[in-house]
Parts: sequence; C-alpha cells; structure tokens
Amino acid sequence: MNVHDAWTILIACACNLACGLLGCFLLLRRMSLIGDAISHAVLPGLAVAFLLSGQRHGWPIFAAAVAMSLITTMLIQWVHRGAKVPEDASIGIVFSALFALGVILITRIAAQVDLDPQCVLYGVLEVASLDTVPIGSWEVPRVMLTLAAALGITLLFILLLWKELKITSFDPALATALGIPAGLMQYLLMAMVGTVTVASFEAVGSILVIAMLIVPAAAAHLLTDRLPMMLILAGAVGVSTAVLGYAGAVWLNTSTAGMMAVVVGMQLALAVAFSPQQGIAAKWWRRRRLAQRIAEEDVLGWFYRQEEKTGAVERSMEEIAKEAALARADLGSILKRLKKAGHLEAMAPDRMSLSNQGRQAALSVIRAHRLWESFLGEHLHLPADHLHAPAERMEHYVGPKLQQAIAHQLANQQLDPQGKPIPGLPPPSAEPGP
Amino acid sequence: MNSPLISAKAAEEPSVSSSTAVPILDIHDLTVAYHNKPVLWDVDATIQEPSLIGIVGPNGAGKSTLIKAVLGLLPITSGSVALFGQSIKQVRGRIGYVPQRESVDWDFPVNVRDVVLMGTYGQLGWFRRPGRAEKEWAMHCLEKVGLAEMAKQQIGQLSGGQQQRTFLARALAQRADLYFMDEPMAGVDAATEATIFHLLQELRDQGKTVLVVHHDLRTVPLYFDQVMLLNMRLVAYGPTATTFTPDLLYKTYGGRLAILDLAAEAVQARERSA
Repeated sequence: MNVHDAWTILIACACNLACGLLGCFLLLRRMSLIGDAISHAVLPGLAVAFLLSGQRHGWPIFAAAVAMSLITTMLIQWVHRGAKVPEDASIGIVFSALFALGVILITRIAAQVDLDPQCVLYGVLEVASLDTVPIGSWEVPRVMLTLAAALGITLLFILLLWKELKITSFDPALATALGIPAGLMQYLLMAMVGTVTVASFEAVGSILVIAMLIVPAAAAHLLTDRLPMMLILAGAVGVSTAVLGYAGAVWLNTSTAGMMAVVVGMQLALAVAFSPQQGIAAKWWRRRRLAQRIAEEDVLGWFYRQEEKTGAVERSMEEIAKEAALARADLGSILKRLKKAGHLEAMAPDRMSLSNQGRQAALSVIRAHRLWESFLGEHLHLPADHLHAPAERMEHYVGPKLQQAIAHQLANQQLDPQGKPIPGLPPPSAEPGP
Repeated sequence: MNSPLISAKAAEEPSVSSSTAVPILDIHDLTVAYHNKPVLWDVDATIQEPSLIGIVGPNGAGKSTLIKAVLGLLPITSGSVALFGQSIKQVRGRIGYVPQRESVDWDFPVNVRDVVLMGTYGQLGWFRRPGRAEKEWAMHCLEKVGLAEMAKQQIGQLSGGQQQRTFLARALAQRADLYFMDEPMAGVDAATEATIFHLLQELRDQGKTVLVVHHDLRTVPLYFDQVMLLNMRLVAYGPTATTFTPDLLYKTYGGRLAILDLAAEAVQARERSA
C-alpha cells in the first residue's frame, strides 16, 4: 500500500464517519430523506457561490451549502404545510426542482469553468489525493483537510449538543416545553448535513454521501438499543466500509465510491441477519434452544412416567428412541446434555436412568402437564380425549408461578382428569437450578 | 436542589401558598386556530388554588390544543395566557408536561432512566450534561412510579402502562409547580391507573396544580377537585361536585354548538379568500 492508497482510505474514512454519525440523528428523526434532499439541493447554491466568488473551494462554498440546507428545509416545510402536500411528496418536489436548477446553472457556466455535474454525482475518489497542499514537510490532499475540518465540526457539534440533539430527536414537544428550541436544533442539524455533504462531494460524490447518511445508521439501529453505541457502530460501519470498499475496488479494478456503496449495503444485510433482537441468526438460535429444551423435558417426562408405571427404569439410547417415540438425529446430544446437567445417571455404559435431580426437574414438567389437563377439563369443558395434546405442548411453558395460579382455580388439585396424581411442587431448597 | 430560577422566584414571593394575588394559571379569551380554522373559542379560566383539575370533552373538543397553546407549543390566535403571572417563556422551569404516549417513537434507542433524565434537561441549560445528582434524582422519580428495576430497559420493551409511568416519572423529574398531562391514563390497567392517581394526589397535596386530560367519565368525580368541560369552547369550569352534572355534561357532549363549526368555516373561508 502506498501513500496514495492511504490518503484515499483516510479521505473515505473521514467522509463516512461524518455522514454515519449525522445519519443516526436523521434516521431517528425519520428525516433520512431530507438528508438525501439536501445533498442534491445544495447544487444551485454551489453554482451561485462559484459565480460570485470565482472559487471552487473555501468558505463561500460552505456558506452557500449551509444557506441551501436551511432554505431546502424551510421550503420542504412550506410546501408541506402551505400547499398541503404530504411531506414525502414535498421533499421530492423541492429537491428535484432545486437539483434541476443547479444542473442548469452549472451547465450555463460550465463553458467557462471546470465544474462537472457528473463529478458531483459520482465523485473522483481515485484522484482526490493527487491535489495536495504542503503542510510542514507533508503533502496533504486538499480534500482531506476539508473533510477533516468537517468531521471535527461534526464531532464537536454532537459532543457539545448531545443532550439537546437527543431530546429534540426523541420528543420535540417536551424539548420545547422545557425551553430547548427543537426548531433551532433541527436547522442546526440540517446545516451540519449540508456542510458535510459539500465537503464530501468532491471526493465521493452525492450517491455515496446519501448511502453513508442512511445505511450505517440503519445497520447500527438494528444492532443496539443504546444511542451512544448506535453512533459508535455507525462510525465503525463507515470506517470498515472505507477500508473494505477500497480493497474491493482495487481487487476488482472498479469505481471506489461504487464499491463502497455496495460494501455498506452488504454490511446492512449482515446487520439484518445478526441483529440481537430481530436478527435472523438470533431468532434461529433462540428457536433451536427452545426445541432442545423441549426435547430434554420430553425425555425427563417420559422417564418419570415409566417410573410411575414400573418403578426403577434403565434404558439405552436406542430403547429411548423407540419406546419414547423420540427418534431424532440429535437424541444423542440431548441425552449427553442431560447427563452433563446431572439429570440422567449412567448405570452401565450406555444405560441411563433418572437421577434425583432429574426427577425433580421432571416433576415440574409433569405437574404442568396434568394441571393444564385439569384446567382444560374443568374450565374449558373439553372432553377427556382432547386434553393430552394441548397439555403436551403447554407443559414446556407453564412455569412455577403459573402452576400455582392454575392450582388455585382447580376444584381437584390432587388428580388429573385421567385420575393420575398431580405431583406437588418440589421443595424450594432441593433444586439447585437447571 | 432547586434551579436558580425557582429559588429566585421563591425569594421574590415568599408565600406562594397564600394564593391571593397572582393566579396559578390565567387564561384570558384564548382562541386557537389550525390552518386559520378556530378549534378553540374564547376560553376564559383562572386557577387560584392548587388543585387536581380534569379536562373533559368529546374527541376534537380541543383538549390537547388547549394544553399545547398554554405551553406555547401552538401559536395563539388571540387572547393571552399567564402562568404565575408571567409568560410561558419566563416560567418554563416551573411547568411540567406529559405528552400523549403515541407522540414519541418507542423504538428510540434510549433506556427508561435516560427518558426520565430528560426531565432535568431544562434546568441544566445549554451544553451541560446530567451528572450524578440528576441521575440519582431520576432514579428517585422512577422509584416513585415503581419502575426502578426497569431503569436499564430499552423503552420499547415496556408495556403501555409502564410507558405512561415512565412519562410520569419524567414529569416528576421536572420538579414543576404546575403540570399539564395529556391522557396519562389512556390504555393503562386498573392497577396502574390507581398508582398514577395516587401520585397526582400526592402532587396536589404538596401544593402543586395538575391539569389532566381525561377520557373516562366514570372516574372523573373520583379523581378531580375541579373539572373543565370543553367542546370547542369552555362549557363550564368549577368544582367537580357542582360542575360535573348531567345537565352540563349533556351540553358538552350532546349539544355541540353548530354555530361554532359554521363560524370556524366562515373564518377559514374568509382568511383563504383574503
């Protein structure tokens, strides 16, 4: 990796970080599309600023960006309220009109200068590090300086106004009632989005800016339910996107900004799969754990019922599979886990019986089963042959508390509808826990 | 413990409890309009004594609008509002607010304690973060509503009643003297409602005034000292015993003044064509 690569990655990191952090607040305010709109609508401002100042860089451009952000935000509100257009439609109207105006202005003046609308859309990340300014003995890309400043202001903005940003994002009405001006905070946020957008344009283009404003925040929101962690994760997604996107672009010899947008999309897909609450992997894991627990309880329950009938019971795995109708691929691992938990004892190699501890655990399952049968019989008046199947399911879900509550509502707390005894709760001291 | 604003105020008027001179809330001929269409007409009411006040009326009667206008969250078309003799901007530190539960996104990545801490933000001023004192105070407020053990839970995991109690704890954290609550008992079970009512009584007994938008007519006489009957205009305001009468209730719920609807439309039409 040479200096050029390093600068390119650093430039992308700064851009992605700034966009990812601000994007969190946009997402939480349901304003991600307004970020999109601003990143387009600044264009006429840039054109005008260029016409007036003759500069492509420097403060006039940023002043124009901030002004256009505020104008865009106000216009969207104004069209939404004044013309009674739904807000999403209003966003579409305002940003497409302003963007078109920007394109016209730029093409009108493009004859005289090198200001390319294509470059605004896609950026020129590959060559961004070539235009340098000397700082001490370093040749630092000019874009890097701009982005570092934008990132610095973003960090300062978020750290200083953390509490204000948080409350106005969560509950603007309360914020206003407390004297924290929600409207002002919104305009400040929009001004920041405009600044960062313009700082990023030249390097990465508006398409990647939009992706980085929305996608890292969305991925981070899936992975955590704490706001500070959400910002950290969004930043991490941004940085890893920069690194992986660049590596991928070099590998496939393709557009760097394009590759980054693809990489960030893939990271979102991973977040969807591995989100701790709603994630596909977490759901699969929880369901698997539950299925295992149910199978374990079924084995214990079967041993208990056998003991009830014939006294001491000792079986091999093959016999359990056949007699208990528990022929399943993972029966071996289920029995192993039961042995490890001390619920089953090995009498001889491959012969198992219920331990005292296992009997206590089975007791609770049997009690739940028979209580539920009694409850269905007494309160739902189901016929006797309709009781077993539902109880077989519910025995795995009815815990001690609910068992108690059900027992209180039963006329006969001793016997279930088949006349089998409902075992009492295990004495609390005897159970060391599962 | 008090914010500078409150202590300065207390120094000015040492005996707030002798409520002779300055009314707690003085609403004078308040009219509020949405899109030029008045939804609340000439409301005129004065609260002198600390009390528990129910705001009652049918859907679309302007109950939330009244609260929001008084709090300065909605522009006032005409009339005026004074809280403790001052404008809302001068006394924000003494005013507590419980918005409707549906008004916020419960998937927002904050935990219960964070939400309660927001109640202290107004006293902190710009840039300052809540410190240890505020956090302890927030936990104290959570204990008051019986949610201390949920402090670290993300707010989306709470039941509806627990969410309402979180909002209530946040209002307590505001240390206000005058509270506005928009349906704090909507969608909660009987036990939670009892807890909330108990807290409201406690606030009143501490000399605070609480205005509550309330929907369940059966419990109004049980809960409130005073009642405001609202339906686009103030139908009646006074002690519950003499105001919450079948006669006045019929006037509030049955007899919507058709003239007011027509007048509102006339205003809107004129404002549009003008």
